[in-house]
Amino acid sequence: MSTDMTAMCDVAFLLLTFFILTATSKVPEALPVDTPASTVETKLPESDLATLIVGKDKVFFDLKGKDVRIRTLELMEDKYGVKFSESDKTEFSLMSDFGVPIASLKGLIDMKSSDRIKADQPGIPKDSTDNQLREWILNARKANIEVANKELNFAIKGDAQENYPAIQKVMDALQDQNVNSFSLITGKRGKDF
Amino acid sequence: MAELNTGDGGGKDGKVRSKKLSSKVDLTAMVDLAFLLITFFMLTTTLSKPQSMSLALPDKDDNEINNKEVKVDENRTMTLLLGENGKLVYYMGLITNPLIAPKDIAYGKNGIRPELIARKKSVLEYTGNPEKGIIVIIKPSKKSKYKNLIDILDEMAITDVKTYAIVNDFLPEETKLLEGK
Repeated sequence: MSTDMTAMCDVAFLLLTFFILTATSKVPEALPVDTPASTVETKLPESDLATLIVGKDKVFFDLKGKDVRIRTLELMEDKYGVKFSESDKTEFSLMSDFGVPIASLKGLIDMKSSDRIKADQPGIPKDSTDNQLREWILNARKANIEVANKELNFAIKGDAQENYPAIQKVMDALQDQNVNSFSLITGKRGKDF
Repeated sequence: MAELNTGDGGGKDGKVRSKKLSSKVDLTAMVDLAFLLITFFMLTTTLSKPQSMSLALPDKDDNEINNKEVKVDENRTMTLLLGENGKLVYYMGLITNPLIAPKDIAYGKNGIRPELIARKKSVLEYTGNPEKGIIVIIKPSKKSKYKNLIDILDEMAITDVKTYAIVNDFLPEETKLLEGK
């Protein structure tokens, strides 16, 4: 005589449904980087987070939270006078990281998500003459305070083989705005290192 | 309930009975599958979170730095110069009058780590105050890689060095040290 498994089956599928719904699908990254390993295991915050991805001497920007993304784009719209439609903004809120100057951002939004990865994105301009990176950081912070009423956290995700001056430039951009505390995203390393 | 029984073999007493189908189905395989998927989704949702190390840098204000220079005891400072192709040079004290002359050293378990632990101990003996430990100055050169910096920051975490700073200014002697030989 075998036991009645109906209830167990119910519970199992309830949990399964829960985990499937809470799992967020991983969006492929526009700039894949190989992060260096470390033994420190602090987890990154889930929300209120902006990630600066540094690789191949380019900087890409990624922001968590749909509402924060939309608000950031609106602030950037005002700053640079580039117009985005409502559907552009919604599309932008669903995107992952990007690395184009603000002028060509609309072109990137119009692309299909599979094409965005293939598109050769030049990185966000960060020179002193046209420092759009600084504006993105500043407006993302403003937007996060407006939307979530919290200070935005920053994380730097750098490629292990990236030259230090490229990282230094990004750190400087953050420090210029008195963001002195941020996270460095690293991979996992064995205990016996 | 594990089987779709078809009733007891009819026809013993010659009557033909319509076969009764049990309404219970064996759920074992289904439950197995459900739990397998649960395990998969549980692990993928929690394991995909990236890990990070936090870094705090001092305020950047040119005026203030010019006004009040931070004076530190040179007996407590250890300077690490990060160079090209994994080159690592360290010295204690001032570059002009070092307590321990600049020396090349390797990264990792058998290189910088025992040295850091030993220096940390000797500095504590020197000051005799647990709050005044070693001060490590990390100077990544223009040619160093991001990996080198993370490796050193990781060593700081492993050896539990509380005070360290990333400094970008190089003295001429230090540049010579990294390029020399």
